Amino acid sequence: MIELKAHNLSKNFNERIVFKNINFELSRGTSLAITGHNGSGKTTLVKIISGLISPSSGSVEFTADLVKKAYNEIYKYIGLVGPYIQLYNSLSAWENLIFFSRMRGITPDKEKIRTFMDKLGLRGRELDDVRSYSSGMMQRLKYVTALLHEPEVFIVDEPTSNLDAAGSQIVYDILEKQKKDKILIVATNEAEESRFGEQIINLTSE
Amino acid sequence: MASKLLTLLQNSVFIFIKDVRLEFRTRYAVNAMILFAITTLTAISFSLGPVRLDPNLVSSLLWILLFFSSMSSLSHIFVREEEQQTSDTLRLISGPIPIFLGKWLFNVVLILCLEIIIVPLFFILLNASVQGMSIFIVVLILGSIGLATVSTVIAAIISQASVKGALFAVLAFPISLPILISSINGTRLSIEGNNFSESMDYIQALFSFLVVIFTVSLLVFEFIWKK
Amino acid sequence: MLVIVGAFLFTPTAEGLGESTRILYFHVPCAWVAALAFLVSAMYSIIYLKKQNAIYDMWASSSAEIGMVFTVLATITGSIWAKAIWHSYWNWDPRETSIFILLLIYAAYFALRSAVDDNEQKARLSAVYSIIAFVTVPFLIFVVPRILESLHPDPLINTEGKINMNSKMLVVFLGSLTGFTFLYYWILKLKIGSYQLAGVIQKKLGKD
Repeated sequence: MIELKAHNLSKNFNERIVFKNINFELSRGTSLAITGHNGSGKTTLVKIISGLISPSSGSVEFTADLVKKAYNEIYKYIGLVGPYIQLYNSLSAWENLIFFSRMRGITPDKEKIRTFMDKLGLRGRELDDVRSYSSGMMQRLKYVTALLHEPEVFIVDEPTSNLDAAGSQIVYDILEKQKKDKILIVATNEAEESRFGEQIINLTSE
Repeated sequence: MASKLLTLLQNSVFIFIKDVRLEFRTRYAVNAMILFAITTLTAISFSLGPVRLDPNLVSSLLWILLFFSSMSSLSHIFVREEEQQTSDTLRLISGPIPIFLGKWLFNVVLILCLEIIIVPLFFILLNASVQGMSIFIVVLILGSIGLATVSTVIAAIISQASVKGALFAVLAFPISLPILISSINGTRLSIEGNNFSESMDYIQALFSFLVVIFTVSLLVFEFIWKK
Repeated sequence: MLVIVGAFLFTPTAEGLGESTRILYFHVPCAWVAALAFLVSAMYSIIYLKKQNAIYDMWASSSAEIGMVFTVLATITGSIWAKAIWHSYWNWDPRETSIFILLLIYAAYFALRSAVDDNEQKARLSAVYSIIAFVTVPFLIFVVPRILESLHPDPLINTEGKINMNSKMLVVFLGSLTGFTFLYYWILKLKIGSYQLAGVIQKKLGKD
């Protein structure tokens, strides 16, 4: 059981303040939508929550079974999809997935990988080099990468970018499921996608 | 505790293998390095002609060659992650230590592979030979690992800055000086073929600097890597 | 404060055996401050990494700025002295080489700082470099005298030191050394003060 708490998160780059005093609490079955126009800091907030950047002040706390966890202990609990999370272009999808699984301490499972690839509409493309993927396929593959280890906390920045209607539908199904069973955080421009968060943080104010 | 260490080492190896695989597919760093080294070596040999050089000059030229060959390609391992935007992906799945170790190992292997080709070629083209082979090998290996270590940590720094190319050599040169000076002297002595005790001094200096710079780099890498 | 500093700066011109040796009162303290500034900069770099407060980066970089200036001064005065005594401006003797390497390190430090835009990253990366460079220094001290092993030994500055400094010279020399140290500290505090003032002004302007 993972819990996620943010205390008074603020971030500024040089003199420019991106946001101040962001607070929220999430646990299994809860979800958060981060909304705001382009450049309002959604991606920055997502990166801070995932541990990619540190906040200027405030903190993010992960607790598993009442024990506080540091970021270097929770790699296998977080899954992140976003435009800045790229895969290794010169390797095949398969090689990428094996690498990420191993790094997260999970034995790669051929069947499981095939299942996920199928689910995201990428049947049979495991052995292709990632650079041969179209942008839509790449987005789908990112979902496979982020979900393969069945993370407790699933974070998505711009869920349907580059996706066609079919792809978007697949993603929406996945998000619904994550929202119910795990912790889901969605950052999006699209107004209707904010329904995926029962809590909402809008970064445009101020 | 022990299992944590094991995981760290395992992850380092995974990263190393991943980078080797990538390098095999694209061959970017390897090509840059070998082409640069051969071009420079040819230029040196050609412009000097069939002259017999004194050991100090041979030794200095060798290490200048190795240093600049390192500058031409050992930053690739970090710069590539930034350029292809996979460094955040890497941050998501690993702490700083396996990343440093894996990439350090990559650079060490890369420079040693270069030397297997270039060093014999160097001595052939410059009409020189080594009298004290064992000292030569020891100095070569220690010095190379030293250069690789300095290159790895500086590469990590510059991968997050702009103007990466020139900055790499500017930052790396002062730090590489202890390695270069000791290696040049040690190599010179091995070419001359006597003076075992004096070369031990340099080997010790190389070894202790290597240990210190490796440890400091490992400790400090976390501050470079975490944003 | 000003008076003390001024007094110390003027004593070097008062005494000295042999005209050219007088530059010793100026040159050596410059080199000393250059090295001291580097040490201070590295120390504040370590503190910055521990405490993550931008003020420490301000100390580290200000100290480095002063250090760089004094390194340039030391190099120039050393070169002038070398011309006077050995009749050549540059010899790559160990002392000259060391000060030149220090200059390279400072230059690299500032090159790095100017290549990074984000203040936090700039502070963090330059702090790291400062520490790495500092760790290299003990080894350089050991290894630099060995560069010219195989060439003819140059008359080292040490032979000068062996000439007994009579007590008058010693007093002036130590006085100059202390004066320079105070000068360094004074300029450093001035710099920090002015940066902080600039920061306050900027904030006020930002609010309007």
